[in-house]
Amino acid sequence: MSAVTHTGASSSGAHLDALTDEAITIIREVATECENPVLLFSGGKDSAVLLHLAVLAFAPARLPFPVMHVDTGHNFAEVIEYRDRLVRDWGVRLVVASVQDSIDRGRVVEDAGPRASRNRLQSVTLLDAIAAHGFDAAFGGGRRDEDKARAKERILSFRDRQGRWDPRQQRPEPWALLNPRIRKGEHLRAFPLSNWTELDIWRYIERHGVPLPGIYYSHRRTVVERDGMLLAVGGPVVPEPDETPFVAVVRYRTVGDASCTGAVESEAADVYAVLAEVAAARITERGATRADDTFSESAMEDRKREGYF
Amino acid sequence: MLVTTPTTTPTTTLRIATAGSVDDGKSTLIGRLLHDTKTVFEDQLQAVVKASRRYGDGETNLALLTDGLRAEREQGITIDVAHRYFATPRRSFIVADTPGHAQYTRNMVTGASTSDVAIVLVDARHGVVDQTRRHAMIAGLLGVDAIVLAVNKMDLVDWNEGDFLSISKEVHEFVDALAHPVPVTAIPISALLGDNVVERSLRSPWYEGPALLEFLEHFETRAHIDRGARVHVQRVIRPQGGPQGDFRGHAGVVAGGWLRIGDEVTVLPSGQTATVAALHRWGAPVHEAGPGHAVVVQLATDIDAARGDVLVAAGGGPVVGADVVVDVCWMVDRKVDAGSRWWFKHGTRTGHAVVTEVQHRVDPTSLDLEHVDALGLNDLGRLRLLLSDSIVADRYHSLPESGRMILVDPADNTTAAAAMVHHVEVAP
Repeated sequence: MSAVTHTGASSSGAHLDALTDEAITIIREVATECENPVLLFSGGKDSAVLLHLAVLAFAPARLPFPVMHVDTGHNFAEVIEYRDRLVRDWGVRLVVASVQDSIDRGRVVEDAGPRASRNRLQSVTLLDAIAAHGFDAAFGGGRRDEDKARAKERILSFRDRQGRWDPRQQRPEPWALLNPRIRKGEHLRAFPLSNWTELDIWRYIERHGVPLPGIYYSHRRTVVERDGMLLAVGGPVVPEPDETPFVAVVRYRTVGDASCTGAVESEAADVYAVLAEVAAARITERGATRADDTFSESAMEDRKREGYF
Repeated sequence: MLVTTPTTTPTTTLRIATAGSVDDGKSTLIGRLLHDTKTVFEDQLQAVVKASRRYGDGETNLALLTDGLRAEREQGITIDVAHRYFATPRRSFIVADTPGHAQYTRNMVTGASTSDVAIVLVDARHGVVDQTRRHAMIAGLLGVDAIVLAVNKMDLVDWNEGDFLSISKEVHEFVDALAHPVPVTAIPISALLGDNVVERSLRSPWYEGPALLEFLEHFETRAHIDRGARVHVQRVIRPQGGPQGDFRGHAGVVAGGWLRIGDEVTVLPSGQTATVAALHRWGAPVHEAGPGHAVVVQLATDIDAARGDVLVAAGGGPVVGADVVVDVCWMVDRKVDAGSRWWFKHGTRTGHAVVTEVQHRVDPTSLDLEHVDALGLNDLGRLRLLLSDSIVADRYHSLPESGRMILVDPADNTTAAAAMVHHVEVAP
């Protein structure tokens, strides 16, 4: 029998073709059935691929809905520049929902201390913005292979009036026949990339030349090592007395709130090198780079129940 | 500016779903498959080792790789379908690990509906139980290409060939009696120990067939028979102004066959015809498009074709009508009886549906057809519906993409049924 190797060993063009057709079909369906959709855009690779697919889905017409960035204020400067360049080049309307505004208006209270993160606060900002703009569907770049709670979620995922996900009461979703019916005040999250893996995302980026923020590729950066992760110094991360900053050659596998997103040591300077690295990876992208998911066994499920992405 | 070139290479995807009763080892099998194909990452495995200790399992419980919800891990059961992914050099796999409890049958339907192959597990000690039959029947109804009967826990019956053969015979007989029989391949396994999962086991010298993964890697899905292409129109693409101002295209997915530039298509239900002037896939022009391709079709003449309409190429023989008979998996507590009103979605057409007749319920054990007044949660049966709008449909078992529907409860918007078109009544 044939030798079994890791996911990365097979290069599967037909598989990526099918994922691409599936994602475009979902995007068209939700955008057509819902009155006021929005695409959640973080500047990370998954949302870049999602936005690229969405633009293709309606070409040559313009994207018929806006994109929304939930801005924690703890950003990588390169990501904000990239976001602004991309929406300009692709002719997309951008809405920014600011966590700082939520803090200023007293909607959320920020944790104190050197290890505080605004990651969890995003849920309130996101739900407030969805309500304020009257969005009835929000596209997200979530993938089922990211996390065990995400692996359970439907492509079209229902949120009640409080924005909550109830994993025990999900609507059945036979075939690709999406049921977008909701009552006023409720909304849907749509995940066209549900069936994609990290490697599929990179194959798509390679195939279509999708631009990404430079921090996804190898560069030199001053970091501290904290809880086994390399966190960039500057911005929200302040070295503690027992931490010594040092310069490392790194790249980011995910891009999230700068306070809790770690870099990995890497020499992969272009998409081909990254593809090889991802194919050989032995640690998941969230395990390697997200402090927020290592808090507890059900960290993602708990956040999702509160309305997280 | 986005530039893209559609390409195809021959690696294929196989979608598989687990099925079978509670504790027959579905999640353990998928965990074993992921583990032994080296798809499990180190941090995932560490998390499972830690959780196994926490939930009091003696050994590493591979089921925790897919039982990802807190409620599932606390109770040691699967509540909802989990999707996992792995690949070998031959093939990419999308796996739906589904729950065994009768109360979560709707989640099993969700997982199995998109699958090419259903792996039906049976505990070798207990043999075939009601839930085995129910799931095999649902798999047949949904039209999977094959059932793998995985007779599991063979280590607990000392790899007794007789036990394996009698379970295999019983399942074969049951599946052969279904309205839509499916080929069955039986494999003796131990999901816990990994026998005959990825590698053939030395403990079953009497078994000469393939290990499970070997079977899945080599299984050929049913060849597409060209029934004539059809495209259920999702939306009309019309740029507002600009250089593309006069562009008008119909977006949708191709099903049933291939569509080429120059082909004549009929718009149903209206019956107008037009020629395909241009085809686009992923924003770029293409000469032809086949099953599953997400396309935009430009027609040579400007005719009325809107969301819900279907473009049908010559040779396609769908039936247009509003009086339809469907087989259903009923998935909500609210019962369905004659006179009850629902919302339907077929292709891209939506509207209201009134049940005019409950024709029968199928007993999932005996396969007897029972005359009942209503169907309830988890029932399988046949309904006649009168729709507010005509649909352009095929029989589900000839072309699933054009023969499937959902019914939705208008009271709370939950999806109430997976429905498969048996036939469309045509007025004499």
